[in-house]
Amino acid sequence: MDRSEFRRGVEDVVPLLLGIVPFGFVAGIATVNAGLGLPEAVGLSTIVFAGAAQLAALDLIGRDAPLAIVVVTAVVINLRMLMYSASIAPHFQQLSSRMKAAVAYLLTDQAYALSIARYRGEDSVRSVAYYFGVAVTLWIVWQLTTVAGVVLGTGVPEPLGLEFAVPLVFLALLIPAMEDGPTTIAGILGGVVAVGGASLPLNLGLLVGATVGIVAGSLTAARMEEADGD
Amino acid sequence: MATSYTGPTIWGLIVVIGVLTFLIRLSFIALFGYLDAIPARISHALRFVPAAVLAALVFPSFITLEPGAGGIAVDKLAAGLVAGGVAWRTENVLVTIGAGMATLWAVRFGLLPLL
Repeated sequence: MDRSEFRRGVEDVVPLLLGIVPFGFVAGIATVNAGLGLPEAVGLSTIVFAGAAQLAALDLIGRDAPLAIVVVTAVVINLRMLMYSASIAPHFQQLSSRMKAAVAYLLTDQAYALSIARYRGEDSVRSVAYYFGVAVTLWIVWQLTTVAGVVLGTGVPEPLGLEFAVPLVFLALLIPAMEDGPTTIAGILGGVVAVGGASLPLNLGLLVGATVGIVAGSLTAARMEEADGD
Repeated sequence: MATSYTGPTIWGLIVVIGVLTFLIRLSFIALFGYLDAIPARISHALRFVPAAVLAALVFPSFITLEPGAGGIAVDKLAAGLVAGGVAWRTENVLVTIGAGMATLWAVRFGLLPLL
């Protein structure tokens, strides 16, 4: 494992922890509010390890919703990870099955966003160590903060809105990803549709927005190739 | 709103959701391992995933359309615009965070109370 790439991943994820820490606390508190305890909080955070899905599932469990609804809700919220899996997979094709399983288990919004930006850079080292530096750090902080949320029962008071650093990091990764006409159209359309769909349940705004963006980018690229061919 | 589901049911739920989530995450990472080359159509589409996904994650944080809540949050929109410009010029994550937070605070605590 490339230690300097691992360390670089750890360094890059630090600003995102401003968002993960309060989110982890909230997930811990939500477990208590749903009438569950520390074992279930740890179970959710280790076995599921997906914040938005954990919160939605806990809300439904607390209201005694039908079990099928709880499962479907959590799964639909996590469907966006299909896109992450497909997008990052070409960089991990050579890994052993066991490493692939570890990569998959640790796949999150943040780990995907930072790593794909790192791997897309032309002169960058494409080492899985970078991914693990990001993803393992997130995993550890997520476990600690969900437990802290259960035990302490309160969140971190946060009048300054420091968690706003998270979309700013994603924005800094988005701009270079819009590198030409078609990718710019993919980004702008994906973002605008996601804004329009922000009030949809189950995080569907994200899923629909991203899908529209990908289709629009592909169509634009195909049209430009056609025009070049003429 | 404490649940009336008992232990085994809850643990069953956690495991089922966990396994399904893992399979979603593993899907293409495992599948592409079996292919010698990723089909051209798929790899063309994959080129647009980072831009589309990141934008879909990011835009709703800066443009909040909440009916009844007074429309768009000006501080967040201003911070997003400034940070977007800085990101474009510098391609530096920390500088982008600094510019965005400074704008957010300047508008939220400096400008908006004056209006």
